[in-house]
Amino acid sequence: MDFYLGLVQIIGVHTLLGLSAYCVLLTGQVSLAQAGFFAVGAYVAGMLTVLGGWPLIPALAVASLAAGIVACAVGFPALRVKGLMLVVATTAFGEAVRLFFFNFTYQLERGELRIGPHGGEGFRQIRYFPENGWSTLDVMLFIWVVVIAVMAALWWMDRSRIGAVLRAVGEDELAAQSSGINVTAVKVSAMTIGGLIAGLGGGLFAHYTTHIEHVQFGVVLATFAVAYPILGGLSNVFGTLIAVIFIQGFLIEGLRFMGDWRNLLFGGLIVLAMIVRPRGLIDAGTLVALKRLLRRGERAGA
Amino acid sequence: MLELRRLTKYFGGVRAVDGVDLTVAEGEILGLIGPNGSGKSTIINLICGLFPLTDGEVVFRGTDISTLPPHERVALGIARTFQNIRLFGQLTVWQNLWVAQKARGQGRGFLRGWLGGSRHDRVAIDKTLDFFDLGHKRDELAGNLAFGEQRRLEFARAFAAKPSLLLLDEPAAGMNAEEIDQLDARIRQLRREGVTIVLIEHHVELVMSVTDRIAVLNFGQKIAEGTPAEIQTNPLVREAYLGTQTAA
Repeated sequence: MDFYLGLVQIIGVHTLLGLSAYCVLLTGQVSLAQAGFFAVGAYVAGMLTVLGGWPLIPALAVASLAAGIVACAVGFPALRVKGLMLVVATTAFGEAVRLFFFNFTYQLERGELRIGPHGGEGFRQIRYFPENGWSTLDVMLFIWVVVIAVMAALWWMDRSRIGAVLRAVGEDELAAQSSGINVTAVKVSAMTIGGLIAGLGGGLFAHYTTHIEHVQFGVVLATFAVAYPILGGLSNVFGTLIAVIFIQGFLIEGLRFMGDWRNLLFGGLIVLAMIVRPRGLIDAGTLVALKRLLRRGERAGA
Repeated sequence: MLELRRLTKYFGGVRAVDGVDLTVAEGEILGLIGPNGSGKSTIINLICGLFPLTDGEVVFRGTDISTLPPHERVALGIARTFQNIRLFGQLTVWQNLWVAQKARGQGRGFLRGWLGGSRHDRVAIDKTLDFFDLGHKRDELAGNLAFGEQRRLEFARAFAAKPSLLLLDEPAAGMNAEEIDQLDARIRQLRREGVTIVLIEHHVELVMSVTDRIAVLNFGQKIAEGTPAEIQTNPLVREAYLGTQTAA
């Protein structure tokens, strides 16, 4: 049972990571910095609860804010470049964050124990949940409350004028500028929102794994982050969720019996998805077809 | 209202616009014509600030706006359409206008403008769509519209920004006679509402019928300026379009 609860936790946290990339992707930017923001959130939240003795919720809030501030600061210079150059720039940033935590040691004495991040060995003993008697189920539910809140907020944002403006920038920056939109401000804002969400996800991740280290926040995680919304489509937040369930639940766990071969399959599936559904699993057309199907179902039922 | 002073733009060694002086008066419709590659669209792009000037000034309502970024120029009241239509194809017709709409007021109104817009703003969009005969297409994706409708939508989107100066880059290109008549009527209607218009167009009848004044460009320079009647008889203009008769 705990295995499945753990899986559901992973799916929740990765959904947050995917949604952070979704925000940035709406404006047409592919960012591989999301794993970096996730790492910042993870370390900040962990240090606040372990070293500072903070309660979880304010620690998560501060972690999210810290990642958001970093994202905003990175956004200004990074978003001057586009396309492939932005991918390179954000990858470099993500690696810089990872290497920072590889070298970052800040430990305090607690009795016989030394606690806190310890460079390459990572940050052990983030034991907020067990110390406060949370069961795996409690943790899973807590994570999903956060995920659902974030998804609801983004769903609402998507339907407000902000969503239309983000998409307009993603489609045609020149036309957006000429329609009076401050494109730089919009892109940096999207990056900041993405940072806030990634930081939140990182904070949760640190607490349920209880042990984080730099290797977890490398290019692979960054690739996953953008793969979810690309595979799931950008028409709404559920595409990302479905892609996470598909990749984490089916490809990674479901096909474990295939060993290392499944990684090959993973790459192949992304390529296949790009060819078959270039706008993602769920696009505007899917929604129209779904609505039509539902309506027909209602009519048949009545 | 708009004054271009020695407006100059070089692309590498190409003098796309070469020292053009041009004034647009409040409330007039100015036609901007010239052979292909004469610098008409570049002038529009320079007025909108899509790339920096090589030399000269763009003065709007008495202030030099030469270094302002494009979106700030829109906020001042300068909107445009593109020669090759640039819509937000994955947004609906209605959303295309929503994005471009100048939100009313600052402070609380400003925030509301970002989140969803007041009832007044929504009604204004519906009205604009009706004016451009797109009301029945409001929920369609812009990318799925027919060509003529896309041109109209782009015009509507520019108008949604509530401009005082509207720059139209070949709005009649690819339209049939009936659509051009409607365009003609719409341009006149906008002028009655106080919008100043600069019109780039190759469709001679439309230009002659709707404009108050015409400026003619050739090789990046202004070679003539005057009323439609004056331009029609100007020998320099004939030369630019038809070539010199050296052999005769």
